[in-house]
Amino acid sequence: MSDIYNNDIYEDDTQEDRYLTFFLDKDIYGIEIKYINEIIGMQKITKIPEVPHYAKGVINLRGKIVPVIDLRLKFKKEEIEYNDRTCIIIVSVEDLLVGLIVDNVDEVAKIPKENIAAPPDYKVGFHNRYIKGIGKTEDTDTVKLLLDCEKILTDDEFEEISQMRDKA
Amino acid sequence: MSTERDPLLEVFFFETNQLLDELEGILLTAEQENEMTSSDIDEIFRIMHTIKGSSAMMNFNGISKLAHAIEDLFDIFRKGVKMDFGSTYDVVLSALDFAKEEVAKLERGYEADGDPAELIKQINELASKYKGEGKAPEKKGKGQTSKKAKRDEKKETSGIVEKWNDNYNRFKVKIRFEDGCMMENVRAFSLVFSLNDLCKELYYRPHNISEDNSTAEYIVENGFDMYLVTEKSKEEIYDLIVNSGACVKECQITTPGVFYGDMEDIYKYFVKEEESEDDVLSSINHQIAQVKKEVEELTKQEKSEQKDIKKEENEKKAREARGQNQTFINVNTEKLDKLMDLVGEIVIAESMVSANPDIKDLNLENFQKATDQLRKLIDSLQDSVMSIRMVPIASTFQSMRRIVRDMGKKLNKDVDLVLLGEDTEVDKNIISHISDPLMHLVRNAMDHGIETADERVKAGKNPKGKITLSASNTGAGISISVSDDGRGLDREKILEKAKEKGLLTKPESELSDREVYSFILHPGFSTRETVTEFSGRGVGMDVVSNNIAEVGGSIYIQSEKGKGMTVHINIPLTLAIIDGMELSVGENILTIPILYIKEAFKANKKDIIKDTDNNEMIMLRGNCYPIIRLHEIYKMETEVTDLSEGIMLLVQSEDQSACIFADKLNGERSVVVKPLPNYYAKMLAKKGGGIGGCTILGNGDISLILDVKGLIRRVI
Repeated sequence: MSDIYNNDIYEDDTQEDRYLTFFLDKDIYGIEIKYINEIIGMQKITKIPEVPHYAKGVINLRGKIVPVIDLRLKFKKEEIEYNDRTCIIIVSVEDLLVGLIVDNVDEVAKIPKENIAAPPDYKVGFHNRYIKGIGKTEDTDTVKLLLDCEKILTDDEFEEISQMRDKA
Repeated sequence: MSTERDPLLEVFFFETNQLLDELEGILLTAEQENEMTSSDIDEIFRIMHTIKGSSAMMNFNGISKLAHAIEDLFDIFRKGVKMDFGSTYDVVLSALDFAKEEVAKLERGYEADGDPAELIKQINELASKYKGEGKAPEKKGKGQTSKKAKRDEKKETSGIVEKWNDNYNRFKVKIRFEDGCMMENVRAFSLVFSLNDLCKELYYRPHNISEDNSTAEYIVENGFDMYLVTEKSKEEIYDLIVNSGACVKECQITTPGVFYGDMEDIYKYFVKEEESEDDVLSSINHQIAQVKKEVEELTKQEKSEQKDIKKEENEKKAREARGQNQTFINVNTEKLDKLMDLVGEIVIAESMVSANPDIKDLNLENFQKATDQLRKLIDSLQDSVMSIRMVPIASTFQSMRRIVRDMGKKLNKDVDLVLLGEDTEVDKNIISHISDPLMHLVRNAMDHGIETADERVKAGKNPKGKITLSASNTGAGISISVSDDGRGLDREKILEKAKEKGLLTKPESELSDREVYSFILHPGFSTRETVTEFSGRGVGMDVVSNNIAEVGGSIYIQSEKGKGMTVHINIPLTLAIIDGMELSVGENILTIPILYIKEAFKANKKDIIKDTDNNEMIMLRGNCYPIIRLHEIYKMETEVTDLSEGIMLLVQSEDQSACIFADKLNGERSVVVKPLPNYYAKMLAKKGGGIGGCTILGNGDISLILDVKGLIRRVI
């Protein structure tokens, strides 16, 4: 009986405070584990015309058509050629499945709430909008940028406005 | 609320909603024809009876009491009393709305807390009015009730007593006194004392408040209950009690229903303890005896009439009807979607097998035969699965009749609603997306389109307006139109407003009518100065365009000033399996539904002309078509840019044609249309359009499906 009870607690623990961390350029980012569906290798991407450049296209995930976003491009970083370490992290936010292309997946790290600081409130700049907080892992003591998944997938208006401004 | 609902409840919702819709349909048809046939009444009776039964079973007493009252009302009509449409309809339809509301509340997981008392009262008043007219003698004087009566009437009304026929109101009152106000029993007694004169009958509990001081504790704990029979209204009683100075903290007045069960409870509750009080008991016994006598007389009468026979016939009919219904089963749409997806997968898997590169160059005659057979079977499997999801659009159209009726009354406009193509079958998914837009369009037509009768006569039109709803299957999709013969759109006014809002993107003179009219689809666009109950905020058309865009449809408005306007809605078949032509542009593989393709040909250089803006066109048998270079508009990389090198496809959508230029054709294939992921659909919605969905090819690659209509619209 007590075993089962303990298991339950353990079960809860696996979701709480755990983040999948990955590399993007030189930085390490983290996404809450509850959003992650799976991680797959690079796939053939079918391009979709007339979408922002970071929206790379769609992939066929076992019969499901899943859009993919290149996070490097989304965060205005330099584009690099995909290699065998490039991964697609499939995240699901409110029934919306999206693949995020990242340089390299790092680990699943535990970052307790008290180790997370709010990001500085820059008025200018652009990618802080996607960052929920800045966290330190317990063991390695490295700094990770924790992403707000929902924001990444939902805000496009701003993006478009800035693009329009760029063009003008 | 738990996510999994009780299946019984699910069935109840489904059934009740269906019945209510059916009822509304019958009522409106009858009103239109200005005649209610006896079969209509029987049908209404049957529906109300079912609703009453099932809601009572589920313990939704409000609905079931209401249903019972309506049943009573129609019972009168069934006996041949002529119905006055105006007054009856208002009450019955609002009762219908009440029931719908309650069911909706329950469906959303709330309590059905609406109080039907007011409606029931109205219905009962109406019923007694009719009864007076109809001189239905067997119904008179059955105000009071008893256990015996209940038993005798069980056959007829399944345990429900006749409603009260006298002018008295019955109230159940529950009172709580302010905490710590002491001597609750005395306060209660003074209340009883002051109310006694106003009531014909008054029972209370606990009953011995004047003698026994321990009842005070009981009142503190359970409150003080009264049952009144009085001429006063609920409000008056409430005021009396609250203002009696008896430190009343809380006073609930409810109207017990006409259910026997309720009455029985009340009598038991109030009277059980009063058995010692002989006078009360004897008065009740007296009542019981009286009713018993009446009922006995009644049953004698009824027996002599052939009423029973008729009833049996009715029941038999109802049973038969129910029997017919059993050939249908209700399936959760989620399950259907899953099945649909599976079939889609099978289609893809089939082409993976039959077009497998490993056996491509082998000549396998028997294998070929077997796969042909397999394909045929899968095709028919597909067709039947598709047809399961299709439902006739009739129910959506029917609900518009109600809107036309209600608005017609409010706006004082007499309008005929003509429904065409009601039996057009539409995917279930689409139905849910078009009912709101249709409602807004019909409301707009009623409010803005159709003029008042005077204006119509002045304009030389039939004073009776006409709104036509039509639906048809065009093969490539569903076409729905809403048209009215009202005043039409005012081009100048729309232009003016559009200018004001800065919506113009090109010089005024270059705008076609079609473009001008489509301004009204913009959010917040209204040429109305004032906001009315029905419209003027400019929200309606926005809802229309949004909802239609969600299912990949398009809207096109036609209008002639003074003659009316028509809104055409075209919705492509979604979730469908289509025959597509595969073409490639560079590395991209695109699919065009074969339906749109008129012909494919190699372009001849001398037929290609350019206009002053460098737009390319091609002459084909005397007609001139614009050329759409896919690689150009979608910025796809390809080496084939010479028009005479690639392939030309002449495509046509409705009355518009164009030539699409691609690198080459890859052949015909039946493909499963999958919607673009929402993420992209949102992004593309703001763009030029032309991509309708995507599909998975035999080798697992994804191909985009072109929306020919949207594509053509980009150039013309």
